[in-house]
Amino acid sequence: MKEKIRELRLMAKDPLLLTVVLVIFASVILFILYPLFKVIIVSVFPDGAFSLSMLGKVVSSWHLRTAFLNSLLMGTLTAVLGSLVGFIFAFTITRTNIPCKKFFNLIAIIPIISPPFIGALAIIMLFGNNGLISSTILGLTNTRIYGIRGLLFAQVITFFPVAYITLKGVLESISPTLEDAAMDLGGSRFKVFRKVTLPLAVPGIASAMLILFVETLADFGNPLILAGSRFSILSVQAYLEITGMYNLSKGAAIAFILLIPSMTAFLLQKYWVSKKQYITITGKPTTSSIKLVSPRVTWILFAVLSLFAAVIIMIYLTIIWGAFANTWGNDNTLTLRHFAYVFGVGFGAVTDTIIIAGLATPISGILGMVIAFLVVRKKFPGKHALEFSSMLSFAVPGTVIGIGYVLAFNSRPLVLTGTLAILLINFIFRYVPVGIQSGIAVLRQVDPSIEEAAIDLGADSQTTFKKITLPLMIPAFFSGLIYSFVRAMTAISAAIFLVSSQWNLMTVQIMSQVNSGRLGAAAAFSLVLVMIILLAILLIRSLLTYKYGKLGGTFMKI
Amino acid sequence: MSVLLKHITKIFKDPNNTAKEFTAVKDVNLDVHEGEMVTFLGPSGCGKTTTLRVISGFESPTEGEVWISGKMVNNDPPNKRDTSMVFQSYAIFPHLSVSQNIGFGLDLKGISKKEIRTQVETIMEVMNFKDLYNRRPDQLSGGQQQRVALARAIINKPKVLLFDEPLSNLDAKLRDQMRIEIRRIQQTFGITSIYVTHDQDEAMTVSDRIMVMNEGEVMQIGTPFEIYSRPANTFVSDFIGRVNFFPATVISAGTDGVVVKCFGQQRVIPSWNGEFVKDEQVNIVLRPESLILGKLEAGKPFAKGVIKRSVYLGPTVEYEIELEGMDALMLAVTYNPVKEGFYRDGEKIQIDFDPVSAHVLPR
Ligand SMILES: Nc1ncnc2c1ncn2[C@@H]1O[C@H](COP(=O)(O)OP(=O)(O)OP(=O)(O)O)[C@@H](O)[C@H]1O
Ligand SMILES: [Mg+2]
Repeated sequence: MKEKIRELRLMAKDPLLLTVVLVIFASVILFILYPLFKVIIVSVFPDGAFSLSMLGKVVSSWHLRTAFLNSLLMGTLTAVLGSLVGFIFAFTITRTNIPCKKFFNLIAIIPIISPPFIGALAIIMLFGNNGLISSTILGLTNTRIYGIRGLLFAQVITFFPVAYITLKGVLESISPTLEDAAMDLGGSRFKVFRKVTLPLAVPGIASAMLILFVETLADFGNPLILAGSRFSILSVQAYLEITGMYNLSKGAAIAFILLIPSMTAFLLQKYWVSKKQYITITGKPTTSSIKLVSPRVTWILFAVLSLFAAVIIMIYLTIIWGAFANTWGNDNTLTLRHFAYVFGVGFGAVTDTIIIAGLATPISGILGMVIAFLVVRKKFPGKHALEFSSMLSFAVPGTVIGIGYVLAFNSRPLVLTGTLAILLINFIFRYVPVGIQSGIAVLRQVDPSIEEAAIDLGADSQTTFKKITLPLMIPAFFSGLIYSFVRAMTAISAAIFLVSSQWNLMTVQIMSQVNSGRLGAAAAFSLVLVMIILLAILLIRSLLTYKYGKLGGTFMKI
Repeated sequence: MSVLLKHITKIFKDPNNTAKEFTAVKDVNLDVHEGEMVTFLGPSGCGKTTTLRVISGFESPTEGEVWISGKMVNNDPPNKRDTSMVFQSYAIFPHLSVSQNIGFGLDLKGISKKEIRTQVETIMEVMNFKDLYNRRPDQLSGGQQQRVALARAIINKPKVLLFDEPLSNLDAKLRDQMRIEIRRIQQTFGITSIYVTHDQDEAMTVSDRIMVMNEGEVMQIGTPFEIYSRPANTFVSDFIGRVNFFPATVISAGTDGVVVKCFGQQRVIPSWNGEFVKDEQVNIVLRPESLILGKLEAGKPFAKGVIKRSVYLGPTVEYEIELEGMDALMLAVTYNPVKEGFYRDGEKIQIDFDPVSAHVLPR
């Protein structure tokens, strides 16, 4: 208690720190906690009085119960299969000497910079009712791609890259010398893999699985396109309830139920699995031990990777072709009319998306760095609560956040629905955890005495942050920026509730094009979206090398 | 009275378990004079760094007061205290050049670029590393980084300079050079300084006074001479240099010294501290170089023994001696062996000592 009072007193001496902390607390409460709170309130006070009837209705509805179980099933299957594929990629790239590693690495990363439902779109274009393979080549009239199989395929393709990135970090940080030592002690290749590599990677695998589980539960794009009526998914049901039936409290109740498994997985990940991690994910890459994998297995792995690469390339070729084909499936002659549409009628959505992502990303990045700095370096009451709540938007499915925003900000005093502000705020707080995490990672590496030295020389906390900490965080800041820009450009699950006739997003446009069967326009939109992202990445990169060229690489060494 | 510590206590709490406490610094009182260099010396984990950080303001004391230049500064944050710290890790700003690093504090004060340049050049001149003006930190050797850190601290003309093991990352030779350099610069500028180290040679070289700490408590404060030849207690005598203890019993304690009995003989030893009572169990404390070795002769020497092992070190020879009636081996050092002669392993010898070089401590 005495400590707390002292911390408060110290803060009062530093008015800027105090103000920043208060503002951040206020905005986290208002824009992260309050909407969630609202979801819960609306679902247990459906008519102004406390009642569990709405939740009861949801739970007892056979249809919604099935949707819930389907969501869990899909989440689990995607987590397992996505992590498996991610592990195969990561293991092959870090532990074998297959050719074209760079290419496979790129293949595994490309899906991340695309709208999450690009897989679903391509599947429909290939195997759907008018699909190139199903209908044009095989001549089938009724395809069975809608439902669990198609959806699972799309989800695995969409989310395995996330597992890949996590597991690559884990495998790189397991020193191959351990494996060498085990082999030296007489273990066979398989035994060493089973007894050394795998056990060390298990916490990382568990963590990747939980992340995929949460992301799949939250995902919205692929199920809306692919799930169809045969395999309903809870996030889609919530959306339909709100936008189709205008039943806000039922939508909220569904969202509330969706929140339970994702929060559970998030807490498991944060407090249990991440504690079991043997080595931090940000280890230095060590030269891989090529001996662990026999040549025969290497070629099998190479074949598997090539197969996946072929699938992913096929998806992108389909999208590209689809964007230029006149009427997909019926008349595949080349045309530019879809692009004419995108740059004509649809151009509003393009500029809106760029404005929103372009504004939200840097703000969210800076906010993330500031919070990371406060959390790692400063002492103030409520620090852990702040860290926890600002990381919360990772765990909460976008659908729930979207519904929460609709509920929270459509009545006085904060009427924001339909405005640019609501989209901006939503994006800022949704992607702030990215900045926080990369910021925390960097700060943990920077020797605290460097900042203390500045303070000791008379700098106040503001100056220290501006002159010392921020420059040191720049590389992490920009890589966080790229990531959150990509996420903002490709986001849909929360945003779909918040768009309006004034402010629309490309992802939402793509969605509605798909739903109205205009696959060509959807493909053209997707292609433009990917191009914008690539361009932005290129821009940030060259800006960085231009400005920090000499410094960029080196000043992290000390 | 440049730095004054009054009853400083620092208790750390385990962040996960607030019931668990750890007292890192216990009731430290210290008065550092203007222009003086005081060293904190002690084994690892004894609270030296913590005390230093309490002075600089990075830790707030659980109890007690910190005064700098006659002002109580407990409630001043580190940037408002007129202290400059030289960190163990140097803490050079990696994204700034050498001159920008050194000029950082002046820049904060809003001093003009031209003036900063002159001052930085002057100090680099005095410290003999002007040629590094535009270097980047990752192009510096450890010793050069150390100079930058020192220059950066000194240029602000702080009231107090604080050093936390500034030389521990350097190799032995450079360390010897740099500690003389640090002392020279400290004296040139006349800055009150506090210097943390666990290396006693370093402490002896640079300090006006040494504060020996153990487990958070002050064991003794005194000049290097006092610490070495008048240790206040067994811990200090054992920690600083090497020492032999001879168990003895007090016969009487008077104004001109203590009469003790050891090996059945009575000796008068000058006493500087403490009052002893008759029959008190004490140790006669003798440094290895205070033992006088001699060939075994007739008569009554202080003690007789056998050389167990001798080590020739050039200027000195060290002997381990087994004394009659004692289990522990004694350590003796003789100088100028060529002139004084050697003793062979297994040779029987006798030892004696000059009472002025001896010292009595309670056992
Ligand atoms: N922030 C802290 N929280 C808890 N315990 C601490 C903290 N800082 C220091 N300690 C403990 O206080 C004790 C004294 O630490 P301090 O750093 O002052 O030692 P030191 O004398 O400088 O040692 P060294 O010579 O190894 O640097 C140690 O046991 C240390 O573990
Ligand atoms: Mg220390």
